[in-house]
Amino acid sequence: MTNHWIDIKNADVVFLMGSNAAEHHPVGFKWVMKAKDRGAKLIHVDPKFSRTSARCDFHVPLRSGTDIAFLGGMINYILEKELYYKEYVLNNTNAAFVVGKDYSFENGLFSGYNAKTRTYDRSKWAFEKGLDGAPLMDLAHERSVFNLMKKHYSRYTLKNVADVTGVSEKDLLRVYDTFCATGKPNKAGTILYALGWTQHTVGVQNIRASAIIQLLLGNIGVAGGGINALRGEPNVQGSTDHALLYHILPGYNALPLAPWQTLQDYMKANTPVTHLKNSANWWSNRPKYVTSLLKGWYGDAATPENDYCYDLLPKGEPGADYSYMYVMDKIYHGQITGGFIFGVNPLNSFPNTNKMRKALDNLDWLVCSELHHSETTDNWQRPGEDPKTKKTEVFLLPSAHRIEKAGTISNSGRWLLWFDKAVEPGGEARNFADMFVPLINRIRKLYETEGGVLPEAVLKLNWPEKFDPEEWARRINGQFWKDTTINGKLYKRGQLVPAFGHLKDDGSTSSLNWLYCGSYTEEDGNKSQRRDPSQTPMQAKIGLFPKWSWCWPVNRRILYNRASVDVNGRPLNPDLPVIAWDGSKWVGDVPDGPWPPQADKEKGKLPFIMNTDGYAQLYGPGRLDGPFPEHYEPAETPLASHPFSKQLSSPCYKFHSSDMDQLAKAADPKYPIVLTTYSMTEHWCGGGETRNVPNLLEAEPQLYIEMSHELAKEKGIKNGDGVIIESARGRVEAIAMVTIRIRPFTVMGKTIHLVGMPFAYGWTTPKCGDSTNRLTVTAYDPNTTIPEAKACCVNIRKADRLTEIA
Amino acid sequence: MRFSRRQFLKLAGAGAMCLTLGSFGVNVDEAFAYSKKLKIEGAKEVVSICPFCSVCCQIIAYVQDGKLVATEGDPDFPVNEGALCAKGAALTSMYTDDHRLTKPLYRAPYSDKWEEKSWDWTLDQIARRVKDARDKNFILKNDKGQTVNRLENFFMMGTSHASNEECAVIHQAMRGLGVVHMDHQARV
Repeated sequence: MTNHWIDIKNADVVFLMGSNAAEHHPVGFKWVMKAKDRGAKLIHVDPKFSRTSARCDFHVPLRSGTDIAFLGGMINYILEKELYYKEYVLNNTNAAFVVGKDYSFENGLFSGYNAKTRTYDRSKWAFEKGLDGAPLMDLAHERSVFNLMKKHYSRYTLKNVADVTGVSEKDLLRVYDTFCATGKPNKAGTILYALGWTQHTVGVQNIRASAIIQLLLGNIGVAGGGINALRGEPNVQGSTDHALLYHILPGYNALPLAPWQTLQDYMKANTPVTHLKNSANWWSNRPKYVTSLLKGWYGDAATPENDYCYDLLPKGEPGADYSYMYVMDKIYHGQITGGFIFGVNPLNSFPNTNKMRKALDNLDWLVCSELHHSETTDNWQRPGEDPKTKKTEVFLLPSAHRIEKAGTISNSGRWLLWFDKAVEPGGEARNFADMFVPLINRIRKLYETEGGVLPEAVLKLNWPEKFDPEEWARRINGQFWKDTTINGKLYKRGQLVPAFGHLKDDGSTSSLNWLYCGSYTEEDGNKSQRRDPSQTPMQAKIGLFPKWSWCWPVNRRILYNRASVDVNGRPLNPDLPVIAWDGSKWVGDVPDGPWPPQADKEKGKLPFIMNTDGYAQLYGPGRLDGPFPEHYEPAETPLASHPFSKQLSSPCYKFHSSDMDQLAKAADPKYPIVLTTYSMTEHWCGGGETRNVPNLLEAEPQLYIEMSHELAKEKGIKNGDGVIIESARGRVEAIAMVTIRIRPFTVMGKTIHLVGMPFAYGWTTPKCGDSTNRLTVTAYDPNTTIPEAKACCVNIRKADRLTEIA
Repeated sequence: MRFSRRQFLKLAGAGAMCLTLGSFGVNVDEAFAYSKKLKIEGAKEVVSICPFCSVCCQIIAYVQDGKLVATEGDPDFPVNEGALCAKGAALTSMYTDDHRLTKPLYRAPYSDKWEEKSWDWTLDQIARRVKDARDKNFILKNDKGQTVNRLENFFMMGTSHASNEECAVIHQAMRGLGVVHMDHQARV
């Protein structure tokens, strides 16, 4: 989230799309309702009417997978009707940047496309540079970002958008008018989204489209504004920050790649340079953060002479994808020996589950850690298979619950929250760290006694004998490795670094994550434990709670908050100020950097400090699939052609092509119905935990499929009937829930039906149904490799008998 | 004197009881005696966090003699203000439920059953397999002769259920071994 949960109450319009927040974040939703109490309008755009829709002023049903068409229509509406917040757009965005001559967009493709590799040469999208190396800025130029954007979205007329999304023009205008009314200094609109946007082959561009809208309306950095990802998993904010991901190291630093053989090569490739004096270009600090990370990992073994052990780190191949969809495909093809699956249930929640289940049989050994038996841990004895034919050796480690351990998690609003250990783990269960710390120590012992390949990579690690969460909270914050004096105060070796501004690239400091530096200090202790609700009247006005816990970065509760003030530091909306310059210092929230307002020509800085040139990017040349979001149909679509382009689906989406990775062809008469998937309040994602809690299972006992009365009638299905659902990849049984919550869509003059199913059920819970994801596709967003779980094509029929559901 | 919201509610509740009942001449001793028998009476209060969505509602765990007796939403936490959803409300039964795994289990190749094992045996076995896989297939240099120090025949999946400190442990352990195949729920 750019903002945080409580801040939602400050919005004048809350726009929920790609999220059913009342169902999935029910307690967070109270802040949406607080906004409503203050007079805010609530809009829900989603394929089905849900608990969220019921609490909104209006619900607009949208065919799954057409979000960019819907949002592109809004961008066009804003530009045509001049509803944008001019001063904000000019001061804060790259609207005036001139794009180079090589950029073009024709027949649904941007320039630089290579059909063979399904990739773009992104150098074709670069900005025009002046002699000083800085981007040329001229709003009136025919190739200014603003003019190119106008041209691009001029195709997103109300008619085109209505045709493709299945939303009436009247409903489109209702949403556009309501939300665009926030394009004024004293109004704020927030966008809340979740997996309904990310789980598409155009997931990243869905979010880019929302960013363009929020920037045009001046809604970023302000109270009640922002783009707020309602993160799903319990600590997915923290686990992303700490990067349990192949492509980054903790703190959003790239995985080293083979061409970067030395630390200097790495720094050169990853440290941006700006030619604009008023751009803070925060990532110019990257060498300090990466060196401090290496120092944290290798301790005294990391020296300037040995590049802080950079050489020992794994280096990926440029362009290689090591994400878990690719891992599963490699396992399917017998290319991987063994591995760990901890606290995740891929054999229920990954797409095309039949392939995933078959793949896992190919492993020699597997280590799982779970609270309960799951479809993953017990795959070797899944229904219809003979365990005596399955070679995989499985080690299953009992894991501890949250309440049985201590440490921190980061909520969706980036608040760092400490939890204490209440009771000892049940039975012999352990927390994850009490598995990894002794395991690595055993491996180190083996390398010490018997040698092996590159033993120093393991032996040089700065690794403890035992796990202590407090010690690791300190390691994450960062420590001095030699006595250092700051502002007259001496910090001894081993003491905590007070803030990331003091991290160094000379080996004198360590930090396992620069974003968290300042969370645990000598002066204030462990700030994640703070429980002080006090705030200044200015802070109380927007519900900031700066002394309750801590949040990254540097306790800044609203990101990009410099965009909430004018060049003199005066709040654009004086009624709900986030920060204000009092003539000598900032008050309110922690500002984005210490510099004075922009009116100070010497020291003032632009607000978007994480972007090299300091401006927010309406045009984003960094994404793999285009600088502007463009509507493409899902990988499986009921349409034969795109209504306003020659390119039907994303030209870049990734996919696999084994014998088990089948895709239905466009408008395949065998699979004419759109399927979307979701979860529910009573179950957690794949249901691995909650199906084992009797009261929750009783509340939501079995897999169902929601469908309209019209479709049910067409198929001869009655409410409560057993239904067989089939896609090109699998077959699933569910109970029919015939409802007015889902209505047929009229798309390009034809009726298109949509059905919806939860994915919380699996065979280890007897007779409740089995994985819905046996139907979903192995097609992925090209930037993130997130699979398109929210849209695929199926057919349904009434079941003669059911075997998976009692 | 400053009150937390929860202290205020407690006092307000007690006050209201005395006023409404006591003032009508009802003997409130029995009610107080009953309240003393509540299962959380005298229990230690420990602050924890609901383990599901990213709202991260704070909860209070009530512990007596080392056993969990109840959980409830923390009314002082400014985000959830004491509220919990159906899952959060079911935490006590989730922790005490008998479906849980309590011992390390082992399934041998081609076997049709789980066997209970000790942690020592299990961790030794895993360490051996990881080291053997690493020593056998570790890639020191790629086709171009560049040093890559990469382990490709092994993977790590998970998990957003880990705390920040556990994530830091896992990430360091994996990169130390040379792992590139690392991923978790953020990509689903």
